[in-house]
Amino acid sequence: MKTSALQRDPYNVIITGVGGQGNVMASRILGSMLVSKGYFVTIGETFGPSQRGGSVMSHLRISGESSWSPQIPAHRADLIASLEPAEAVRVMAQYGNPDVHILCNTRPIYPVPVIRGEEEYPSVEDIKISLKSLASHTFFIDATEEAQKLGNTIFANIILLGAIYGTHLLPLEREDFVEAISQRFRQDQIEINLTAFDRGCELLAR
Amino acid sequence: MSYLNDNQEGSVHLLMGNEAIVRGALEAGMRVAAGYPGTPSSEIIEAFSKVARERNIYAEWSTNEKVALEVSAAASFAGLRTMCVMKQNGVNVASDFLLHLASSGTRGGMVLVACDDPGALSSVNEGESRIFARLVEVPLLEPGDLQEAKDITKWAFELSEELRNLVMVRSVTRMSHASGNVTYGKLPNTEALADFKCDGPMFDPDRGPMISMIVGAADLQHGPQQEKIRKAARLFEECPFNTYRGPEKPELLIITSSACNLYSREAVRLLGAEDRVGILKLATTWPLPPKLIMKNLARTDKVLIVEEVLPVLEEQVKILAAEMAAEIGPTRFFGKNAGNIPSVGELNPDIVIEALSSILDIPYTNVSDSFDDAARELARKAAPNRGLTFCPGCPHRASLWSIHNALELDGRKGFVCGDIGCYVFGTLPSGFSTVKTLHSMGSGTGIASGFAKLGQFGMDQPVISLCGDSTFFHAAMPALANAVHQKSPLTMVILDNNGTAMTGFQPHPGSPNNVLGEEMPAVDIEAICRAMGALVEIQDPFDIEETQEAFHRLIEHDEGAKVLILRQACALSPERRHTKNFEVEIDEEICLGENCGCNRLCTRIFGCPGIVWDKEKGVSRIDELICVGCGVCADICPAGAIKKKEVA
Repeated sequence: MKTSALQRDPYNVIITGVGGQGNVMASRILGSMLVSKGYFVTIGETFGPSQRGGSVMSHLRISGESSWSPQIPAHRADLIASLEPAEAVRVMAQYGNPDVHILCNTRPIYPVPVIRGEEEYPSVEDIKISLKSLASHTFFIDATEEAQKLGNTIFANIILLGAIYGTHLLPLEREDFVEAISQRFRQDQIEINLTAFDRGCELLAR
Repeated sequence: MSYLNDNQEGSVHLLMGNEAIVRGALEAGMRVAAGYPGTPSSEIIEAFSKVARERNIYAEWSTNEKVALEVSAAASFAGLRTMCVMKQNGVNVASDFLLHLASSGTRGGMVLVACDDPGALSSVNEGESRIFARLVEVPLLEPGDLQEAKDITKWAFELSEELRNLVMVRSVTRMSHASGNVTYGKLPNTEALADFKCDGPMFDPDRGPMISMIVGAADLQHGPQQEKIRKAARLFEECPFNTYRGPEKPELLIITSSACNLYSREAVRLLGAEDRVGILKLATTWPLPPKLIMKNLARTDKVLIVEEVLPVLEEQVKILAAEMAAEIGPTRFFGKNAGNIPSVGELNPDIVIEALSSILDIPYTNVSDSFDDAARELARKAAPNRGLTFCPGCPHRASLWSIHNALELDGRKGFVCGDIGCYVFGTLPSGFSTVKTLHSMGSGTGIASGFAKLGQFGMDQPVISLCGDSTFFHAAMPALANAVHQKSPLTMVILDNNGTAMTGFQPHPGSPNNVLGEEMPAVDIEAICRAMGALVEIQDPFDIEETQEAFHRLIEHDEGAKVLILRQACALSPERRHTKNFEVEIDEEICLGENCGCNRLCTRIFGCPGIVWDKEKGVSRIDELICVGCGVCADICPAGAIKKKEVA
């Protein structure tokens, strides 16, 4: 069994963001990478009725023993990877704990009440400081900006995956990613996604 | 080749619950699949379409769920294995035929997959499809994990053929949309030949006609149907998917099914109560196998039923416990009725932990109060509500904007009867709170047809109904026919965005293609409305001025039913997704911000996520990452500060 390579069993990952950021795709790729390594992976997706703009959350349970509930119990996340800063905060309140690792994209997507001027969106600096005070390990990356450099903001999800790999918290290898995207993307999309993945990993090494 | 079609027995794949159901059907040699899209069920028919050619499958998106069930039944009558797929609300739609089908019985294995949505995460109600299995007297199966989603589906076809009746498989959002390891079985290598044998005598199950019931002959058909249910209960006594895990004599027995099985297992483990609590996970939840239930009830006198939506399992177990009381003694029940499990909303491990922790008096903490307080306080400050709104560039926002403004201008307190689609947000501020009634598919126009006939009692408000293009075919056509025939002066607005958009662009009868991508004759909505006798106009909702003028013309015309077709593709549709018609920018010199007569009409009222209020500068600006360039906002700014430039 693979239990030894996991820091906890089950190891609980939450990938969060806003509808349209490619959250679900990221969780499926990460899940496939771990299944091909022989782990049991259970993924639960939470998304509201709107296809764009709502909070989206994928729960991944990684285990050497069995399948688990597709919903992680409150405050039991081990890694929170967020494509959007306010979503990291939202997930932290429900699933965080002092030992959690947080990996967070710093580009905000403003909620409609903020756009309307009814609610405030705090500065990303303030969010960083607060999350650092609550979590044992925090990593902040500008995945959206890096994705724009690659020509499309949608690559932010793959950059985030590369950064997850770069944390070395999960028993992953780069080859697993290559295999997982080969099954999902057209041949002409493989290289750009691989570049995005590597960029994410580099961002973390900085 | 799709990973769903991997022929290697024993290979392991990460499958979504809906894909696991598909794989189970493929392993059973299913040939015909029909359904109507609805979250969380939509991926099933789509997955069948991807392997249709390789596995010689016929798949279709039918006009509605009742038609889907009829299409599927035809395959069964002709001896093929077949699956029909819908969300819970669809079972309501299909239920008339369902009752008759359960009575006539089936031939080729037939499985109805009903996907419920506890907590109404993507629905306008929290319906319960399990009741239908009891109501129409067909067996009900519920997978307890993702592997079972495949294995039970495969078994359901065999069971259906053994009983010669439809078998219902009920999934929930957390099963259909969860993913997990699934170990594959073999794919069959069988030929399929459709042949409807109907030259035998009445009631001959192999060659007779397939008939629901002869009038006044309940005993001839209903009796044998009930014998099938009794046979199912006997078969379920030995069903390997009904499992017990826990000590021989636990202090408390949990009886559960579906995703609640996984929550229960997690809760028991987190409380460290493995030696005090046993879990009976049932896959066959109607009819319950009485001997199996008795054997397990006899383990203890305390039972907790863990299930979502209605207490269906709870009530069935209680009936059996009452019948068995002489043998097993009294049982104390915990569950929804006793208030241990909430009566509404979906469950999760924490809810089960709370119930167990209070029943067994086991303390449970996850984080310190100080951490919890700090994290909550941060979320209160730094995680503003996302709200519910239309996507950037959504034609519905523009359509509702025009309808709302035209009704205000008209001044006769006109209102809109809404329908089911993304435009349900018409009930909310994001849709300018324009929609005042909202029920089931097609009901907006039926209700409007009734409202518009109340003139004789003094009602003079203009009555508007909404429906989408897919909804038009699904259930709104009979309502429009009614309105035309009854000379009901409603104005029906058809928001034609070129597909069943909310669930992911499934084709409908108005589409030029089917689910397999083949060219099909598109049924013309405009021609239907005209043929019915309605007065019809067509506009592009992105042209605000023309749309509002057309709307005024129609609501002022009080002779019979009128139809306004607002035609513009969904912003996420394949044809619009990667194209920007306009570059939009805001001239900061012209934008009056809060001093504008409109008090920030664009950000405060119109509310497209592509326009952001820049508080520091006191002006609006375009978020170029979000804006999809529909250009509508340029036409709503009273100051003319929003500039659009056509993209070459």
